[in-house]
Amino acid sequence: MTTTTPPSAPERVHPYRGTKVRRQRVRAAWTFLAPMLVTLALVAGWPLLRTFYFSLTDGTLSALGAANFIGLENYLVYDEGEWYGLLTDPMWWRSVWNTLFFAMVSVSLEVVFGVIVALILNAEFKGRMLVRAAVLIPWAIPTIVSAKMWAWMLNDQFGIINHLLMTLGLIDSPIAWTASTTYSMWAVIMVDVWKTIPFVALLALAALQMLPKDCFEAAEVDGIHPVRVFFKVTLPLITPALMVAVIFRLLDALRVFDVIYVLTSNASSTMTMSIYARQQLVEFQDVGYGSAASTLLFLIIALVTVAYLYLGRNQLQLGGD
Amino acid sequence: MTSRRFNKLATRIGFWVLVAVVLIYAIFPFYYAVITSLKPSSELFSVSYWLDSLDFSNYAQIFSQSSFVRAIFNSILVSISVVAIALLLGITASYALGRVRFRGRTTVMLVVLGVSMFPQVAVLSGLFEVIRGLGLYNNPAGLILSYTIFTLPFTVWVLTTFMKQLPQELEEAAIMDGATPWVTITKVFLPLMWPAMATTGLLAFIAAWNEFLFALTFTLSDHQRTVPVAIALISGGSQHELPWGPIMAASVTVTVPLVVLVMIFQKRIVSGLTAGAVKG
Repeated sequence: MTTTTPPSAPERVHPYRGTKVRRQRVRAAWTFLAPMLVTLALVAGWPLLRTFYFSLTDGTLSALGAANFIGLENYLVYDEGEWYGLLTDPMWWRSVWNTLFFAMVSVSLEVVFGVIVALILNAEFKGRMLVRAAVLIPWAIPTIVSAKMWAWMLNDQFGIINHLLMTLGLIDSPIAWTASTTYSMWAVIMVDVWKTIPFVALLALAALQMLPKDCFEAAEVDGIHPVRVFFKVTLPLITPALMVAVIFRLLDALRVFDVIYVLTSNASSTMTMSIYARQQLVEFQDVGYGSAASTLLFLIIALVTVAYLYLGRNQLQLGGD
Repeated sequence: MTSRRFNKLATRIGFWVLVAVVLIYAIFPFYYAVITSLKPSSELFSVSYWLDSLDFSNYAQIFSQSSFVRAIFNSILVSISVVAIALLLGITASYALGRVRFRGRTTVMLVVLGVSMFPQVAVLSGLFEVIRGLGLYNNPAGLILSYTIFTLPFTVWVLTTFMKQLPQELEEAAIMDGATPWVTITKVFLPLMWPAMATTGLLAFIAAWNEFLFALTFTLSDHQRTVPVAIALISGGSQHELPWGPIMAASVTVTVPLVVLVMIFQKRIVSGLTAGAVKG
C-alpha cells in the first residue's frame, strides 16, 4: 500500500511501474484476456487457417478428414492444353464483379440518403424523437424478414409496387423484379439501402450534433445560402465520421449473403462471392474449391481494410492513446 | 403575402413533405407486412392499402406448427446464451484492455478489430470442421459457439471504450485498499458499467437473433433451426406459390419484439452504435 504514488498522478507516467501492484495488474490483465483470446482462436483463428488449408486440398463435405493436398489446383491448373480452376471460372469473375457493383452502388446510395435523413433529424421540429424512432425501424428488422417483406411487395403478379406503378401509369405491364436479369440486382440494392440507411443516418447525425453551433450562426448572419454552407462547412466537418460509416458498410456489403440468398437465391445475375463460395461448399459439397473462393474473398476484404487503415491512419486512433 | 414570407412558408411545407416521405419510406414495408399477415389467404391477391377486418388464421397456422414454435425457442436460447457469454468474456477483457497498460495491448486490440472484419463465409469450412469435431453439428450449442465470432469482438471493443472513460481515482482508491483486480472489476466497475453492458448486450442480442448464414449451414433438422432460417425455408407447393400470409405472420412475430426493444432503448442503441464506430 505504501508503494503507490498519489492518486492525482496521471496514468501516462506509469505510476505503478515495477511495483508489486503493477506486476499483479499485468498478470491479471493476461488472465482476464485469456478466455476471450482462446474463444477467438477457436472460432476465428483456427477455422480461418483450416479454410486456407482446405483450399489446397480436394476435400469434400462428407469426407473432410480424407482430403488430399493438391497444391494450387483449386485456384489454377494447366491440364491437357487447357487452364482450369477458380481463376478461370467466368461465374467466379461474374460474382466478383456483382459484389463490387453491389457494394459501390449500395454504399453510395446509403451515404447520400443517410446524410439527408440525418440533416432532417438534426433540424428542430415537433415530433423529432418520434421520427427518429420510426427511422430506426428498418434497422431493427432482421435481414431475412426485410428481404421477405420486399419480396412480397415486389411480387410480379400480386406485389404492391407493380400495382402502384401501373396505377400511376409509369409501367404498362408488371415487372418481374426478382427474376429478371435486368432488375434483380437493383431490387437487391433497393432492399439493402432501405435496411441500412438508418445506420449511416445515425452515425452522420452523431457527427452533426458534435459540430460547433457558432460557425453556422455566423454563416446565417452573413446570409450565405444553406446549400453552400452544407457543401463548404458541414460536409467537410462530418467527412471523418462518414468515412467510418463507409468502411463499416463497405466491409458488410462485400460479404453480403442473407438478402441475396432470400430474394434471388443462386441466380447468376445477383451471385456474389459469399453466395458463390457457399454454393460450392455446401450445395456442391466441394470444400476444396469453395474454400479457395472463401480465401480469395477474405484476401479481398483484408486488402480493402488495410488500404483503408493506411489511407485513414491519421484519423483512426487505435485504443485512443 | 410578401415574397419573403412566401419563401419561408414554402420551405416549411417542403420540409414537412420531406419528413412525411422519410416516415412513409421507413414504416410502410413493415406496415404492409402487418396488414398482409392479418388478411385471410383468399384476399391476399387483391392489393389494398388498409384492412377492412382482422383475420388471425395465418397466426393460428404458424403457431400450430411445432417446428416454428421450436424455432422461436431456439432463437431465444441461442441469443440469450450468446449475450451472456459475450458480456462475461467482454467485461473482463475490456478491464484488461481499458485499464491496464501492458506490452501487446495494441496488438490484442488489432486482433479483436481484425476478427470483427472477418467475412463469415471465410471461416465456414474451418468452423464446420470444429463444430463437427466437438459434436455440436445440428445443435443450438454449435450456433452459440460460432456466434461469438461476431458478438465478442464488438462487445470487447465497445466495453473497452466505456471502461476507459471511468475516472482513474475510483480504481486507485480500490488499489490503495488492497483490492485485487477481480474485486475491482466486480465491486467497483461492474455497478458503473451496467448502462454500457445493457447497450452492448442488446446489440449482441439483435445480431444473434438475426444471424442467418451459420444457422443455415450448421443446422439440419426443422427442430434445431432458428427463426430466420425457419422463415427463409417456409415454402409452398412450388417456387411460385409461396404461402405469403403465414410468411408475413411469422415475420411480424419475430420482428415485433425487436421493434419494441429498439423503440424503448433507442437512446442506448444510438449511443452504442456511435461508440462502436465513431470512437473506434
